[in-house]
Amino acid sequence: MPETAVRELTFAEAIREALAEELRRDPRVVVLGEDVAEAGTPFKVLSGLVEEFGTTRIIDTPISEAGFTGLAVGAAMTGMRPIVDIMFGDFLTLVMDQMVNQAAKIHYMSGGALQVPMVLRTTMGATRRSAAQHSQSLHAWVSHVPGLKVVLPSTPYDAKGLLKSAIRDQNPVVFFEDKMMYRLKGPVPLEEYTIPLGVADIKRPGTDITIVATSSMVQTAMAAAELLEQVGISAEVVDPRTTSPLDRDTLVDSVKKTSRAIVVDEGHERYGVTAEIAAVIADGAFYHLDAPVKRLGAMDVPVPFSPPLEDVTVPTENTIFDLARTLCGKA
Amino acid sequence: MTIHTQATRAESGIDAARGLQMYSQMARIRVFEERVNELYTRAIMPGLAHLYIGQEAVAVGVCAQLEPDDYITSTHRGHGHCLAKGAQPDRMFAELLGKEAGYCRGRGGSMHIADPATGNLGANAIVAGSAGVATGAAFSAKWRGSGQVAVCFFGEGALGQGVLYEVMNLAQLWLLPVVYVCENNLYNEYTHYRETTAGEVLARPAAFGMHAEQVDGQDVRAVFAAAGRLVTRARSGGGPAFLQCDTYRYRGHHVGDINRVFYRSKEEEQEWMTTRDPLARFGDWLCRLGFADPADLEACFVTARHEIETAAQFALDSPFPDASDVQRHVYA
Repeated sequence: MPETAVRELTFAEAIREALAEELRRDPRVVVLGEDVAEAGTPFKVLSGLVEEFGTTRIIDTPISEAGFTGLAVGAAMTGMRPIVDIMFGDFLTLVMDQMVNQAAKIHYMSGGALQVPMVLRTTMGATRRSAAQHSQSLHAWVSHVPGLKVVLPSTPYDAKGLLKSAIRDQNPVVFFEDKMMYRLKGPVPLEEYTIPLGVADIKRPGTDITIVATSSMVQTAMAAAELLEQVGISAEVVDPRTTSPLDRDTLVDSVKKTSRAIVVDEGHERYGVTAEIAAVIADGAFYHLDAPVKRLGAMDVPVPFSPPLEDVTVPTENTIFDLARTLCGKA
Repeated sequence: MTIHTQATRAESGIDAARGLQMYSQMARIRVFEERVNELYTRAIMPGLAHLYIGQEAVAVGVCAQLEPDDYITSTHRGHGHCLAKGAQPDRMFAELLGKEAGYCRGRGGSMHIADPATGNLGANAIVAGSAGVATGAAFSAKWRGSGQVAVCFFGEGALGQGVLYEVMNLAQLWLLPVVYVCENNLYNEYTHYRETTAGEVLARPAAFGMHAEQVDGQDVRAVFAAAGRLVTRARSGGGPAFLQCDTYRYRGHHVGDINRVFYRSKEEEQEWMTTRDPLARFGDWLCRLGFADPADLEACFVTARHEIETAAQFALDSPFPDASDVQRHVYA
C-alpha cells in the first residue's frame, strides 16, 4: 500500500478502527462498558465490534461505573489490557476512587511491582443541549493526578494514532473524545501508525500569535486562524494532544517565535488546563512575550440547558478572533 | 446461607504437620504485630499502624487454602494477610520503616504492602478500595482460564461502601472465582457496627443470590474448613462466595488508639482475649488431639520471635531510599 493511501474517516470511525486493530493484535484487550456490545454505545462509536469480536471481548456491564472500572483495574494488574467506556465524562465523578486512588497510584505505591495498563475512554464537550450533568469537560481533574496519562485528540488522524498508543501503554490512560466531533471527517492513512503520547502537534504554522488549543477547541482555533488571516494576522495553532504528559517544549518554542499566546480549552477556566498551560508559557517564554498570556475556557457556570444560554458558555471562533486581534494590537 | 460454627476434624482436614504449620503462622503474625507496636510506640516507625492481633485465625485459615499464585487483596489492617500469603517479615518491616529494601521500596508503607510474587495485589487504605481489584483479578483469572482464585479481605466497615455491592453484583452475574471475606471485628474504627449497619450482614450476599457462610473467626479450623469449601467451589466454576468471619480486634483501631472505653469496655476486651483467643483455642485442640504438646507450641513462638527479631533488625539496618529517586515509578 503506498504511503499516500489515505481515506476520509469520521472521528468515530477512526476510534472504532483503532479499537478493532488493537483487539485483533492483542488478545488481552477487552472492552467493558454500558451498552458497548450490540448497541455499540448511544453514540454508535463501537458499532460492529461485537460482531467481529463477540461478547467475550466486547462486554456489556451493568450501570455500575465504579464497579466495572474497579474490575478493570484488577484485570489490568493481572495480565489483561481492559478498555472501559464511560459514556459521559460527567460520570467520571463515579469512578474517581478507582482511577485516582487505585489505578493512578498502584504502580508507585508498589514500588514499581504492579502495573495498570488500562484505558478509560470517555466523552466531553458542551453545546449538545444535554444540560449540566451530560456536558462537562472534566479532563483537568484527571490531569492533576500523577500516575494518569490524559489524551485529548482533535482530529480523526490523531484519535486513531493516540488511542492505539494509549492501549499499548503500561499506564492508566484517560482518553477524552469530544462528542461533538464524532461526525467530523478527516484523512486517515490506510497503513498502521501510532502517535506517541506527550508530543504536541503544530496544526497550523504562523508567526504573529500562538493559539494553544485542545480537543474540539483545535477545530475552533483553526476557524479563528482563518478569520485572523483575513485581517493580516498569522496565527500558529498548537495542539498539545496530551495534557499528561505535556509537551512543554513545543508550546514554549512556539510562543518564543510568536511572542503572544492564547490558550483555549473547554474545561472550566478557573484552576483549569488553560491555567496550567498559560503558566508553562509564562515561565518558559517570559522574556519573549509582548503581551500577557490570555486564557479562554468554559465559563465558570454549570452548563445550562437553554441553547442561547449554553452557547455563550464556551469559546467560539469569534471570541478567539476578537481576543487575538486585541492581543496583536489590531482590534 | 449456611452457618458453620464448628468444624469436625474430618471436615477441617488438619493433620499434625498442617496444624503446627498453621499455628506457627498465627504465632508469627502475633509476634510480628507486637514488634510493630513496639517500633511504633518507640517512634521508630513513621506513620500509622493498624494491628491484626486477635484476628490471626482469619488470614491463616483462609490463606492456608490458597495456592501460591492465587490472589489476595488486603486492607489497612493487612500485615496478617501479607504474612499468611507468603510475604517475608524482613521486607515487610523494611516497608513499614520506609526503607528501600521494603516490598514497595518504601513508597507504600504499612497500608500498601503488595507482593505479586505471592499473589498479593496489595493492601489498600481506602475502605472497600480493593474490592474492584480483587474482582478484576478474578475476572482476569476466569477470562484467561488460569484456574486462579481471588480472595478479597475486608472489614465489616466496608459494608457501608457502594463499590463493594457493585462488584459483588458483577461477580455473581459473571460467576467470577472470588471469595469475599468479611472480617467482622465489631468496630468500624471507633463505632460498633450495629450503629452503622442496617439489617443482617448475610442478607447482603443473599440479595445477589451469592452463596454465603458464617464462621467463628476465632476458630481457625472453622475458617480453614469454610475457606476450603468456598475456594474449591470458586475454582471449579461455582462462582463467588461471601464468608463472614466473626472476630475481634484486640488493640485499638490503630496503635495510637489507647483509651477505648468510650466505645467498648475493658471487660468485653478481656472476655474475647481470655475465652476466645484463636491461638489458645487452636493450641488446646492440637494438644488434645496429640498433634502437639505445650513445648511444641512454645517452640513455635521461640522460632517466631527469633525470625521476627532478625527481620526487624534487617529493616532497622537497611538504608532509606535516595531522595533523588522520589519520582521513579510514577509511570511504568
